[in-house]
Amino acid sequence: MQTKETIVCRCEDITLEEIKSLIDQGYRTIDEIKRVIRAGMGPCQGRTCRMLIAQELAKYYGIPVGEVLMPTFRPTVRPVKLGTFAGGE
Amino acid sequence: MPKVKETEILIVGGGPAGLSAASAAANLGASVLVLERDEKPGGQLIKQTHKFFGSKKQYAGDRGYQIGDLLIEQCGNNPKVEVWTNTTALGIYEDGVVTAEGRAKHLKINPKKIIVATGASEKMITFPNNDLPGIYGAGAVQTLMNVHGIVPGRRVLMIGAGNIGLIVSYQLMQAGVEIAAIIEAAPTIGGYLVHASKIRRAGVPILTSHTITEAYGNESVEGAIICKLDEGWQPVSGSEQDLKVDVICLAVGLSPLTELCFQADCQMKYVSELSGHVPVRNEHLETTRPGLYVAGDVSGVEEASSAMVEGRLAGISAACSLGYGEDIAPKLQAEALAELSELRAGPAGQKTLRGIMNLMDKGGAVC
Repeated sequence: MQTKETIVCRCEDITLEEIKSLIDQGYRTIDEIKRVIRAGMGPCQGRTCRMLIAQELAKYYGIPVGEVLMPTFRPTVRPVKLGTFAGGE
Repeated sequence: MPKVKETEILIVGGGPAGLSAASAAANLGASVLVLERDEKPGGQLIKQTHKFFGSKKQYAGDRGYQIGDLLIEQCGNNPKVEVWTNTTALGIYEDGVVTAEGRAKHLKINPKKIIVATGASEKMITFPNNDLPGIYGAGAVQTLMNVHGIVPGRRVLMIGAGNIGLIVSYQLMQAGVEIAAIIEAAPTIGGYLVHASKIRRAGVPILTSHTITEAYGNESVEGAIICKLDEGWQPVSGSEQDLKVDVICLAVGLSPLTELCFQADCQMKYVSELSGHVPVRNEHLETTRPGLYVAGDVSGVEEASSAMVEGRLAGISAACSLGYGEDIAPKLQAEALAELSELRAGPAGQKTLRGIMNLMDKGGAVC
C-alpha cells in the first residue's frame, strides 16, 4: 500500500481529496462534480457516492444535507448493454 | 421491437413489501406483475436466519427466510400474480411506461398502477483505505454466509451497533468467525438490547462513541485503527487502538432506493429519520404522482415486519383504485394502518413516526 486513499466513488475510483478540491474550486452541485470527474457515472449510478458528496457540500456551505440539490435522475437506473436495446445478444 | 406488456398493477421489487403487495392486490382480484432483480424473490428475507419480533400476524417467532418462502408460496398459488425474476426495472417514463431488462432483453410494460418496492442499499463511510479488499457491507456478508455458505474471514471489526450490525455479528460468531469488536459512533447502541446482550455475554466488546480512523494492509485488510469520540463527535487523541482483523464490516445504515421515484417526478423530501430522500405520500402510500405507490424501505428505512404491512396496504389501495374489493378495502386498509401503529409503538418506531410526521407536515401531502 503506497498511498492512503479515501474512496468516495468506488465505481470510478474518485477520492475524497479530489471531491474536496473540486468543491474548493467552486463546484457547487453533485451534477457539476459528476460532469467534471465522473463520480456517480459507474455501474451503481451514484448509489454509494451521491450522499457522501452531498455531505461534503453540506459541510462546506454550512447547510443541512437535505438542502443539497440532488442530481437529475434519468433512465436507465443501471448500465445496459447496447445489444440488449438492439433486441438480443 | 417486442410488444408492450399490459398489466393492471406493476410491482417493482419482489422483497417482503413487493410480495405482500402482490398477494394483497391479487386477492382482491387485480392482475399483478412483479419484477425481481434476483434469481429468487424474497429480497433480504432469504438470508435472514434470525427470528422476527412483533405479533403473530407479522410472523413473529418465524425466521426471515421462512417468511420469505411463505410469501413466495402465497404469490405462487395465486394465478393473478406473475413474477418475472432476473428482471430489473430501468426507468419510468412520462406516459407511465416502465422499462426493464430481463434475460438480456429490453422490456416495456404499460401498467395501470405502479407500486415501487425497491428497498434500500447499504451506506458507505469515508476513511483512509476504505477500498481495501476485506471491507464489506454487513448485508453483503450476510448474503455471503447465509445464502452462499462462505465465511468472509477469520476476525472481524463490525462498524455499527444497529440491528444489522448486531445480528450479522452474532451470525458471524455462529459461523465460527471471531468478532474483535463492534464499534458505534453514537453514544448508545442503536439496535435491540436483546441482540446486544447476547453478543456481550459471549465476550465481544461493543464500544460506543468509537469510530474507525483508518484501515491498513498490503493486498487486503490486515487491521484497523479505531479511536474514541468525545461528546462533540471529535476524535480523542491518544485513544487510538490497533485491531488486527482481516475483515471490516460496515453496518452504517441503509439508503432508500428511490431512483425510480425521482424519475417519476414524485415530490421527494430528505428525512433523516427515514434514512434519506423519500417520496411524499398519503396515508395509503400513494405518492404525488397519481397511481404510483411506495412500500417498504424505499418509503423510509424500517424493518421487514412493517415493510410487509406497508406492502399489503399499498396492494389493497392500488387494487381498490382500480375498482377491486371496494366494499372491503376500507376495512382492510384500516387493519393495516392499525398494525403499522402497533409495530411502531416501541422506541425504535418513535423515530419512524417522527420521520413520517416530518414528511407529511412540510411536504404538502394530501392526506
